Amino acid sequence: MHPVRKQRLYLVLFVALFSSVAVGLVSYALRGNINLFYPPADVASGKAPTGQPLRVGGMVEKGSVQRADDSLEVSFMLTDYQASVPVVYIGILPDLFGEEQGAVASGVLDSEGVLQATEILAKHDENYMPPEVAYALENSGYDKKGKTK
Amino acid sequence: MWTFFHKLGSPPWLYAIAGAILRWLVPITLVALVGGMVWGLLLTSPDFRQGNSYRIIYIHVPAAVVALAGYYVMAIAGAISLIWRMKMADVVMKAAAPVGAALTFIALLTGAIWGKPTWGTWWVWDARITSMLILLFLYLGVVALYEAFDNKEAAGKACAVLSLVGMVNIPIIYKSVDWWYSLHQPASIKFSGESTIDPSMLYPLLLMIAAFYALFTCCLLMNMRAELLQRESRTQWVKKIAGKEGRR
Repeated sequence: MHPVRKQRLYLVLFVALFSSVAVGLVSYALRGNINLFYPPADVASGKAPTGQPLRVGGMVEKGSVQRADDSLEVSFMLTDYQASVPVVYIGILPDLFGEEQGAVASGVLDSEGVLQATEILAKHDENYMPPEVAYALENSGYDKKGKTK
Repeated sequence: MWTFFHKLGSPPWLYAIAGAILRWLVPITLVALVGGMVWGLLLTSPDFRQGNSYRIIYIHVPAAVVALAGYYVMAIAGAISLIWRMKMADVVMKAAAPVGAALTFIALLTGAIWGKPTWGTWWVWDARITSMLILLFLYLGVVALYEAFDNKEAAGKACAVLSLVGMVNIPIIYKSVDWWYSLHQPASIKFSGESTIDPSMLYPLLLMIAAFYALFTCCLLMNMRAELLQRESRTQWVKKIAGKEGRR
């Protein structure tokens, strides 16, 4: 290769490499802020701030959803199977919200460790299948990843 | 073999080759797009949890995949034009930017439309969606930067450097759902291991991805032909084409 072109090739590689390193360092330094939510384990171990808005994400614990009779208040537990965070919310839940499904709640942790949520988002997972397949899987005793339940 | 590559560097040849490719690629693209849409939107079964709203995947995922791949096309063309000073690589880079921007916009828009009924929100500042928005700004930035220069040679260099610096965003977008906690789900199509999307839904999706790649190529070649005519408007070969078309 012509020496001038070789030099320009090195320059291009240099630009690509060092911009990657710079962005890598920035996103490493800001990794806590890039995460959309805290897992319940971080809340339980006190890593999540209390008294200021934050999001907690996890699975809605089976059998934990309780609705009030006279209002839109709903309470449930968010879990990552290591720790659980109780959530209280007044409002309309998204259609895909359900037990044993992912959800992200944003709100403020009160002094008792209850998340007073102002917004609930359903988190969809990466599994896509027709209803018949889901029904067949349900009966076969295997979950979507092919592991026995 | 090598003469073919050298000929690509000559504007009239590139114009003619692009035209020859387009002649058969455009019909193939149309057939694949229509076929994939009918298959995906009408013939597949609804999803077990999302019902019919999941069908937007047949537009959203192909647009996003090709928007990422198209950025590499633009950045690598930029690098070639920086290193070897090939004018035609500069044409490829300039032609790719608006197509990529359109695809990125489609991916963001369909994602928002899907997000409202599924997540319960149009928009959330999670890592995947924010890095995709940065990709849109990078594409638009290349378009705007090119227009900002009067000296088009300097414009080409500046755009090439911008697209090279922005290239770091592509693996970030791709891995964002694995590296950080995000609302966006991880990829359903996996290169290694079994995909978590049922085969009956996967095959029309793969067809749509192929169709979008073909669509990107068509738009890129058409853009390149228009750019070539504009750049070479004073030369004999363009005047010849223009004369042929103009006399009708």
